[in-house]
Amino acid sequence: MEDLDRLESEVKRALGNALIDATIARGELCVHVYRERIVECLTTLRDDPALAMGQLMDVCGADYPGRPERFEVVYNLLSLRHNWRLRVKVGTDEKTPVPTVTGIYSSAGWFERECWDLFGVAFDGHPDLRRILTDYGFEGHPLRKDFPLTGFVEVRYDYEQKRVVYEPVKLMQDYRSFDFLSPWEGMTDVNLRKIQESLPKTEGKP
Amino acid sequence: MSKIVATAIEPEEGGEVTQKGNTVIRPFTMNFGPQHPAAHGVLRLILEMDGEIVERADPHIGLLHRGTEKLIEYKTYLQAVPYFDRMDYIAPMADEYSFVLAIEKLLGIQAPVRAQYIRVMFAELTRIMNHIFNITTMAIDLGAVTPSLWGFEEREIIWEFYERVSGARMHANYFRPGGVHQDLPDGLTDDIAAWIDRFPKFMSDIEGLLTDNRIIKQRTVDIGIVSREQALDWGFSGPMLRASGVPWDLRKSQPYDVYDKLDFDIPVGKTGDCFARYLLRLEEMRQSAKIIKQCLRDMPQGPVMIDDHKIAPPRRADMKNSMEALIHHFKLFTEGFHVPAGETYTATESPKGEFAVYLVADGTNKPYRCKVRSPCFVHLQGTDMMCKGYMLADSVAIIGSMDIVFGEIDR
Repeated sequence: MEDLDRLESEVKRALGNALIDATIARGELCVHVYRERIVECLTTLRDDPALAMGQLMDVCGADYPGRPERFEVVYNLLSLRHNWRLRVKVGTDEKTPVPTVTGIYSSAGWFERECWDLFGVAFDGHPDLRRILTDYGFEGHPLRKDFPLTGFVEVRYDYEQKRVVYEPVKLMQDYRSFDFLSPWEGMTDVNLRKIQESLPKTEGKP
Repeated sequence: MSKIVATAIEPEEGGEVTQKGNTVIRPFTMNFGPQHPAAHGVLRLILEMDGEIVERADPHIGLLHRGTEKLIEYKTYLQAVPYFDRMDYIAPMADEYSFVLAIEKLLGIQAPVRAQYIRVMFAELTRIMNHIFNITTMAIDLGAVTPSLWGFEEREIIWEFYERVSGARMHANYFRPGGVHQDLPDGLTDDIAAWIDRFPKFMSDIEGLLTDNRIIKQRTVDIGIVSREQALDWGFSGPMLRASGVPWDLRKSQPYDVYDKLDFDIPVGKTGDCFARYLLRLEEMRQSAKIIKQCLRDMPQGPVMIDDHKIAPPRRADMKNSMEALIHHFKLFTEGFHVPAGETYTATESPKGEFAVYLVADGTNKPYRCKVRSPCFVHLQGTDMMCKGYMLADSVAIIGSMDIVFGEIDR
């Protein structure tokens, strides 16, 4: 698609040395940029008339425990003028905050809160970085790969105390995760097992 | 807007304060919901009020959070499809659409033409159903009960179409990677055509009830105005964006399936207020009806699922005779199909706006990460911006016109 090539060259021109790499796959352009320069990058992408990425449609996290910087923050941009979509990614870990982009796009506010809530990625300079989806007083970050599917606590209404109480989760049987993957197909280029072995054990709180 | 008598003073200890005959009300915080009929589900809104004027609105969401994105990571691709019915439970098939298209993109397959027409037709039926719900429930919030009684009758007819085609009224699980689950049953197209012919009558009834209604106009005209720039900055999409005068619809600009073969118009609002959004949805329903008619007319005969038994299940009759078909079926419903490693951000124009799925596949039978980009989440974020400076009662109209559904916001 030549349109996509043009977008790629425009993005490369606009971002300059803030860009780490750019890939086109399945008709979508994805660029990696340096975390410290994300604000500068998105400002350029929004204000450069040749790009005009006027809308930030989505910000989300993704957890890759095998990597040195385990989290990825993914920004999905849309240009109404050129009808282009662009995916911008930065890497980070548990301790390093990502500069907030709420100053550039107002829509980033809740997305970054969600990312903080579910992954524990902190956003530096966010005006209101509270949890958003999980319960008041929730502990942990549920979309991390080392957070168990069942969670750690369950709630019920206690008639004696007349309130909702939190208790450690009790399972009648262990969560059954069947390994359906055939050993003779599909598992050649994926080291999922290695990733699973590298994860911390899920007993106790994170 | 009416002038208020109350003026704000700094909060201090003690009860009411009076100053020379005028009652002075302190700025106070009000809790709205989560159990409130106008909250459209489980919205909890913390309103900082200056008298009856909303100074700041802080929506608390997550009361319906079920961890769908986490659950999907533990399910095969096929098992994950039904979760999308439970996202936007007002318009279930619209949400399946994005996920199914995302999987198809990663697999590099395309559904047969008949399946594409069926999907488009049901997506548009869903759009009509969604807009009926939104318009009529907004009318309830504003005090009009009759439209919802009439509208829900029509919705019920569409639920019946759902049931006939998928076996389930609400949680259809009908769109599948590679097509749709099964072909339309006999007589369904005739019934849909007959219903579409009756539909303009219903539309004029609803319009007669609402559009020229003095109360509806008083409550919605010039309320919750969103400018073009604000709409873009806040990431709005769908009717919320178009009502602010931005002609943008993914069905036209980034067409998927057979939308590029169909003839329809995109209504655009002028004023960006609640009334514009209402009018826009009305017109979208007419356009959807037009699309459905074209689908019924143009739909070819043929398969409704791709002919690749690594992805689509074999026919039940084949399984009685063919060992291979049986093995395929077993493999497909235990292990599921493997999706090549890669990622995609696939968006469709759901009735509420841009509903997108950011899907990361790692080459196994389960999604590595599935982020659901829900339009309502983004629109609800704009509550503060939209409600600021309006009266408390206006916030109800604004929330009604945003078309929010909590299954999708909380996920």
